[in-house]
Amino acid sequence: MKMNGARIMLECLKKEGVDTVFGYPGGTVINIYDELYNFKEIRHILPRHEQAGVHAADGYARATGKVGVAFATSGPGATNTVTGIATAYMDSIPLVIVTGQVPTALIGNDAFQEADIIGITRSCTKHNFLVRDVKDLATIMKKAFYIARSGRPGPVLVDLPKDVQIAQTEFIYPETIEIRGYKPNLIGHPKQVEKAVDLLLTSRKPVIYVGGGVVLGNAAEGLTSLARKLSIPVTTTLMGLGSFPENDSLSLGMLGMHGAYCANMAMTHSDMIIAVGARFDDRVTGKIATFAPHAKIIHIDVDPTSIKKNVRVDLPIVGDVKDVLTKMIKQADKNKEKVAEFKDALVGWHEDIAGWKSKHPISYKQSSTVIKPQFVIQKLRELSDDDAIIATDVGQHQMWTAQFFEFNKPRTLLSSGGLGTMGYGLPAALGAQVAFPQRQVITICGDGGVQMNIQEMATLVQNRLPVKIVILNNNFLGMVRQWQELFFDKRYSQTCMEMPIDFIKLAEAYGAKGFSTSKPSEVEKVIMQGFKEPGPVIMEFKIAREEKVLPMVPAGASLNEMVLNA
Amino acid sequence: MQHTISVLVENEFGVLARVASLFSGRGFNIDSLSVAPTNEEGLSRMTIVTRGDDNILEQITKQLNKLIDIIKVIDFTDGSAIERELALIKVSAEDESRAEVLRIVDIFRAKIIDVTPKSYTIEATGNPLKIDAILELLRPLGLKELVRTGSVAIGRGAKGWTG
Ligand SMILES: Cc1ncc(C[n+]2csc(CCOP(=O)(O)OP(=O)(O)O)c2C)c(N)n1
Repeated sequence: MKMNGARIMLECLKKEGVDTVFGYPGGTVINIYDELYNFKEIRHILPRHEQAGVHAADGYARATGKVGVAFATSGPGATNTVTGIATAYMDSIPLVIVTGQVPTALIGNDAFQEADIIGITRSCTKHNFLVRDVKDLATIMKKAFYIARSGRPGPVLVDLPKDVQIAQTEFIYPETIEIRGYKPNLIGHPKQVEKAVDLLLTSRKPVIYVGGGVVLGNAAEGLTSLARKLSIPVTTTLMGLGSFPENDSLSLGMLGMHGAYCANMAMTHSDMIIAVGARFDDRVTGKIATFAPHAKIIHIDVDPTSIKKNVRVDLPIVGDVKDVLTKMIKQADKNKEKVAEFKDALVGWHEDIAGWKSKHPISYKQSSTVIKPQFVIQKLRELSDDDAIIATDVGQHQMWTAQFFEFNKPRTLLSSGGLGTMGYGLPAALGAQVAFPQRQVITICGDGGVQMNIQEMATLVQNRLPVKIVILNNNFLGMVRQWQELFFDKRYSQTCMEMPIDFIKLAEAYGAKGFSTSKPSEVEKVIMQGFKEPGPVIMEFKIAREEKVLPMVPAGASLNEMVLNA
Repeated sequence: MQHTISVLVENEFGVLARVASLFSGRGFNIDSLSVAPTNEEGLSRMTIVTRGDDNILEQITKQLNKLIDIIKVIDFTDGSAIERELALIKVSAEDESRAEVLRIVDIFRAKIIDVTPKSYTIEATGNPLKIDAILELLRPLGLKELVRTGSVAIGRGAKGWTG
């Protein structure tokens, strides 16, 4: 049947199993919105800013594992998506973003609301497409989804000029597509796997270091069984939290700049690091020259460019982490005796680790007069559902969440790790709540970042999305203030917010409920009140203003040079 | 160390920009780059001359391979490829230097492609080192203008390299 391009695009989404889109209308997508008017198979959520729309699609994708989809109009609509796209790109989140574009005949003429979004997003998308002919549209959409979700996932942008949306053609969705230059290597090389297991079994101080790839690759189960089978301690990055249960005795918690002492010490003393779906980011390694000086490194990743980018690697395995971990388990099962010997020999190592754990556990000093942020996080864990989804913003509260909220399940933490985008938390929670209307979705924010996308309160209320917004209010841009305190002589340049905000009134202005307290004794009550509300809620905790995130590896220092209490 | 990398790409809109922005975004050097269609429909071949240690070269080839529109990447290590470059050189040539220019052109088997009473324009092809050498000899005589294509490279032997 002949259809116009706008309709074809929507039909393609349907074919890809998309049932939810986050988007914002405008002149060059008005034809798409006109088609959407009667298109019942897709639920469209209207955010109040395109950046938030993309973050919502990203939160939806992280929580479900599906591809998130967002629409925006040309020019300012498209440029507003850029931060959202870059955020998703840095954390390898599968998205398809469809932007309107001025008619093909006007491209390059500085037409009204024209922006070269293909050029602008070239370096923050996995790939992007300008559709010049409606006949190519279905194939391009199919490619876009395939590229977004396969291999190392990422955002793909499709720029759709207005005349292509109007032009008619037969809709045929291709069954298969062939992209000569794109053949992600998913199958781990069996010989490499064999060698890796042999090498691993020679070690006496092994650590498994897990990144977001394990969450994205749905490999948490395989990882957990391998670690338990071989009795190897596991540390994760911020992005890897949830891929291994933190309540397991093998868990070391998070490593890196604000990681646990035991995790960083284990890395420093290890003789064998098995990196899975992680990329040795500078926030994780500290000073590269002194990183894991005694360790051989086995690196498993679907993206060959991640391997040997920052650190030397003794044994690389390129492949889908789930596939590789499954093979490693099988290989270990073939070597039962060696495995038993290996485990016996780890006793000393486990003792070392237990020593580090008890010497400097992640901790804070409780107070009876001011609310400690860490206490709020602990209470949130205690009082929330097991499968609650937590979306954080960026700053101190994000690190406290990573340190004190115990993550035991994959896809329960949504956080902007790579780009560190303030303003991410609230819209990401919105997206997750759209995906899981029945689950508890909580966003933990600072008073700075929450204001970067606060307008999404309206979207929550309009769509009856009962997201619980927790604000740890220190009236500072806390994380930057902490750096100024430690490294710039307490010269608090432009980090004090000065003017307090009445968050209760703010919530009410949007038609939501707000609760606030500055008393430790009321923390539990406020959380319970907030959780009981059927709709969206702001829970504001006025916290100890100059509380720091500790421990800390100062930028450029080695992992074992941690500031434990300053 | 200098490396010559051959890249087979889809002849898609924007592919050159993708490669160029990969190099600039990641701080890789480009000494020269040339690109033109191949004998296979829809494919172009780029020859990129770049520099870096082994780790950087490994990243360059991996990152290039990661681009969706790139089909194949080869890092031609020394000797495995034949490299050629073309240069158009305008040189002053008056009085006694006219004969000197002609002699140099002859030695390098280059060609004169334009003549005026004050100048010769020369077409030279060869390995980039040969181009460097002829330039060195011509420079003292007064180089007025120089245009080089950058290297193109093809593997030695009978086997063709296709998509
Ligand atoms: C969009 C954006 N701008 C600036 C920064 C730099 N930055 C990182 S953390 C931070 C402070 C965040 O303050 P707040 O949201 O109040 O959270 P807190 O650290 O106090 O928990 C800033 C400004 C950033 N990460 N993102």
